Amino acid sequence: MSLDAKIPQGPLAEKWSKHKFNLKLVNPSNKRKYDVIVVGTGLAGASAAASLAALGYNVKAFCFQDSPRRAHSIAAQGGINGAKNYQNDGDSVYRLFYDTIKGGDYRAREGNVYRLAEVSVNIIDQCVAQGVPFAREYGGLLDNRSFGGSQVSRTFYARGQTGQQLLLGAYSALNRQIHLGKVKMYTRTEMLDVVTIDGHAKGIVTRNLKTGAIETHAAHAVLLATGGYGNVFYLSTNAIGSNVTAAWRAHKRGAYFANPCYTQIHPTCIPVTGDHQSKLTLMSESLRNDGRVWAPKTVEVAEKLRSKEITASQVKEEDRDYFLERKYPSFGNLVPRDVASRNAKEMTDDGKGVGATGLAVYLDFAESIQRLGEDTVRAKYGNLFDMYLQITDENPYKQPMRIYPAVHYTMGGLWVDYNLSTNVPGLYALGECNFSDHGANRLGASALMQGLSDGYFVIPYTLGDYLATIGPKPVDINHPAFEKTKQEVIAYNNKLLALKGNKTVVEYHRELGHIIWEYCGMARSEEGLTKAKAMIKALKADFWVNAIVTGENDEVNAALERAGRVADFIELGELMITDALARRESCGGHFRVESQTEEGEALRDDENFAFVSAWEFKGENQEEELHKEELVFENVKLTQRSYK
Amino acid sequence: MNLTLKVWRQKNTQTAGKFVTYKAEGISPDMSFLEMLDVVNESLTRKNDEPIYFDHDCREGICGSCSLYINGHPHGPKKAITTCQLHMRTFSDGETITIEPWRSAAFPVMKDLATDRSAFDRIQQAGGFISINTGGVPDANLIPIPKVIADEAFNSATCIGCGACVAACKNASAMLFTSAKITQLGLLPQGQPERYSRVQAMVAQMDEEGFGNCTNTGACEAECPKEITLNNIAFMNNDYFSAKLFREEQAHDHTGGE
Amino acid sequence: MSEFKQTFNSSLGKKLIMALTGLFLCTFLIVHVGGNLLLFKNDQGFAFNSYANFLTHFPPIEVIAYLLYLAIIVHAVYALVLTISNRRARPIGYAVVNKSPASWSSKNMGLLGSILLLFIVIHMGDFWFTYKYNNILGFKEYRTNLGTNETVVSDYKPETPDFERSISTENNVEIVRVKDLHARISSSFSHLWYVAFYVIAMGAVSFHLLHGFQSAFQTLGWVHRKYKPIIYFVGTWLFAVIIPLLFAAMPVVYFIQSLSK
Repeated sequence: MSLDAKIPQGPLAEKWSKHKFNLKLVNPSNKRKYDVIVVGTGLAGASAAASLAALGYNVKAFCFQDSPRRAHSIAAQGGINGAKNYQNDGDSVYRLFYDTIKGGDYRAREGNVYRLAEVSVNIIDQCVAQGVPFAREYGGLLDNRSFGGSQVSRTFYARGQTGQQLLLGAYSALNRQIHLGKVKMYTRTEMLDVVTIDGHAKGIVTRNLKTGAIETHAAHAVLLATGGYGNVFYLSTNAIGSNVTAAWRAHKRGAYFANPCYTQIHPTCIPVTGDHQSKLTLMSESLRNDGRVWAPKTVEVAEKLRSKEITASQVKEEDRDYFLERKYPSFGNLVPRDVASRNAKEMTDDGKGVGATGLAVYLDFAESIQRLGEDTVRAKYGNLFDMYLQITDENPYKQPMRIYPAVHYTMGGLWVDYNLSTNVPGLYALGECNFSDHGANRLGASALMQGLSDGYFVIPYTLGDYLATIGPKPVDINHPAFEKTKQEVIAYNNKLLALKGNKTVVEYHRELGHIIWEYCGMARSEEGLTKAKAMIKALKADFWVNAIVTGENDEVNAALERAGRVADFIELGELMITDALARRESCGGHFRVESQTEEGEALRDDENFAFVSAWEFKGENQEEELHKEELVFENVKLTQRSYK
Repeated sequence: MNLTLKVWRQKNTQTAGKFVTYKAEGISPDMSFLEMLDVVNESLTRKNDEPIYFDHDCREGICGSCSLYINGHPHGPKKAITTCQLHMRTFSDGETITIEPWRSAAFPVMKDLATDRSAFDRIQQAGGFISINTGGVPDANLIPIPKVIADEAFNSATCIGCGACVAACKNASAMLFTSAKITQLGLLPQGQPERYSRVQAMVAQMDEEGFGNCTNTGACEAECPKEITLNNIAFMNNDYFSAKLFREEQAHDHTGGE
Repeated sequence: MSEFKQTFNSSLGKKLIMALTGLFLCTFLIVHVGGNLLLFKNDQGFAFNSYANFLTHFPPIEVIAYLLYLAIIVHAVYALVLTISNRRARPIGYAVVNKSPASWSSKNMGLLGSILLLFIVIHMGDFWFTYKYNNILGFKEYRTNLGTNETVVSDYKPETPDFERSISTENNVEIVRVKDLHARISSSFSHLWYVAFYVIAMGAVSFHLLHGFQSAFQTLGWVHRKYKPIIYFVGTWLFAVIIPLLFAAMPVVYFIQSLSK
């Protein structure tokens, strides 16, 4: 199958407008004859479900959490970009587009990214109208701040919980449609498979997490807004429940998985303390606005710090290496995430890490506290400082924070065209679940933007085009494909439940995470990846023999849920390695040791790798097939990123 | 650390539950409370026993999934945090910890320590929104909002819907939760058109769910992980009485003058 | 009307009734304590008996009195209704008692209110009912020389059984003949157990109002940063300290006096 991204022709700024005009429309009175399934109720899912229901479609929305409000979008802290130029500092749609394309290390589509920047302004308007309490100035107008990787202040924020406030906005819109009867909400329900009829997605199979009932749902289109797969690393900033299952099962039904090896490692997380740790906590990137990142200049000082012989504040100024400021004088501490992360890793790799494990560098606020006063710093970051204190039992007002990179977001995901349609007609992917807009690295404050852009302002237009094409004839839930898929799901679950070995699913997950982090994290090599691939294959084989899955299907069974998710993560992990092996270039946060400049900086290979890798599932334990979608750059010139 | 846990175990909503005692051994003070339970669950799993079920997700205090009534406190003894942010260093070695689910008729126990909190969703669905569709909204800066109003609305908006207020209240009342949403939207200019219908709809739904009544003890405020204040309840009361006693809910009949 | 019914059947409506009746009873307490201070006047009950007579024979006050009785009944009935629904809201309790910080009084309003209701029943039975409907009280005659302002007291035997009161003036002497409630009070307050019961009840008043007064404002939604401290101040000092202390002082003082007789 050839990959047609369906990017409209014409000048960049007119692509989306023209495309909207060319899309087919569904007659208002016909809309109620269409059923749409939305899986996931985060920013992308809730906004899509609400917007489609408002248009008149009948929506069925699903989430595995007990309430749609708990989707993991809720945990985003920092903010959301919008090219409003409210601060009069030279921002524009084009600049947001340019920053995003550049920030993504030129591995995203121009057309998609421009559209994202274009609708970013509508998102802010929409959210404010819903009652989202963004931060405001004394004059009553909206406040902005600058965010990692950008030199303008275009980030709208709601203290340290922008994600929750935006999600509550989308959730309220969703609630309104539930109230109006246009959305039927299924909570504690996990999607386990996609039902396809004649190559078109026509429904899903779900498991009711309260009763274990395996059920089928039919619709004219299926939208996956199921988030990212960062939990493949076991330790990530994702919620424990975040998983790849919906996307992965769709992949196994034919949807291509794009750029699986593109994951974002966020530089400012609280470091790991021990094996017991179940997740990592992110400290908002906004901290880098006032905090200075440093590590000791010498290994000797670092050793003293690790053994607690001296404290951070005892390290003399001349013994400190403010490495981001030193290497990138113009961006300093505000370099994009990938650059900040990779440099922190370099420091610890060189033995200059701090903290008991040596896997941390400092983020120091001493200078800001001196300059602004403790109260001002508290007003800006109080909740983050409290959180840090809570977790580490260390007071960041008195001594620098210890930070270390952690997996935070996955740029890869289901391959979609400009309409957000996967290569399976009728199956769409929105938000972090798809791969579309961030390339090899995501800029801060643009994940929320993309989720809401897809849900509020893209899918309501593009879905109509498909629905108008297929017509409103009801989908027959009695079609044998539904029963067949359901039986396959039941058989798969039974296979999992039959596992009564000697190793817990969590142990497999942790092992998988170690492999991926070690070999497919910030630095990768041919040798390591090859080794890792064999390790994952062995892990998978072992899992299906020795894992323990307790309980039955017909009850609340967290063990079964987790087992299914980990089984999918293992398979995805292998594909990530395969993808990373194929991409023999350094790009974004992914440093391929075979591809570096003389100074040891990441070296992109535009000649050979300016494409999207889209992987096709070929059957259990078969190598997946790579399809390449060439990236065409008509407006921006590909340069080696420099933040010096 | 070694601890003794008394945990409520209940197969499902229909069956009765009971306390079961477990040993939690080799617990690190750096673990979060939920990580401690993970350790217990891992050992149960290895014995092919059923692990303890509890709701949890983000583990950074914002999704509102985690609950747990720990030694007489929702979210444990520390102020202004959720259970996932509670660390074992708060407890002492050898301590016995009793863990119970939220207790409320409106939150039936689903399994072990997890309850069904969909009543909260239904309260929000009854009117916790501003009735606008996607698109067609004015520019975000067209409505200036005084900073004090914006900040106050934000304070109310920080509610994570965990239900600790209901769990802490001696009457299992949901007024703090309900009032937080009402106050957020009732304060903002965007929320004014539906201000008085919203408060009536949400309070009616709250009553229907079977929550208790507020007796202004302030336990909810003290236990709220996001420190939502009783002022929200006062705001809700005021709006509700205003709506019920002084506001016109419909336009007067008008038949002429097409 | 059905809209009102719906309003007052809602959780908040019931709370509104509790708050309004509660505050009404609070204002009554001020009047009641003010009038009863006459007990401390060392005039052999002249002022107090006259006051009691005035209260029972001035029609507007009688109307208010019935409103008051209604308020007590409504306050108690709604408290019961609310308590029952609150119990239903948590059918299965906690094994570990809730340790959430909340004042003792706020958590025990039902207990305190029950003590008060019992007190009110006994108190009214003893004085109000006896005064109005039970013809067992004697009469006193107060002769005041309007020139010297000296008062002479003597028992008075009414000539007719339905005698209520009389005020007349003879030769510059004002003669007031009224029911002698004061004597009843003196005798009641000479029993230690009775005094103790009153003092305990006033303790209950104190704690009930310590929470109840400010709680009513919270229920009504009248909460403002600027006025909240005033409400707390009045609720604490006037309603939870001064008024209960004054009330409690009455039986105590009379009891002490009775000892020296």
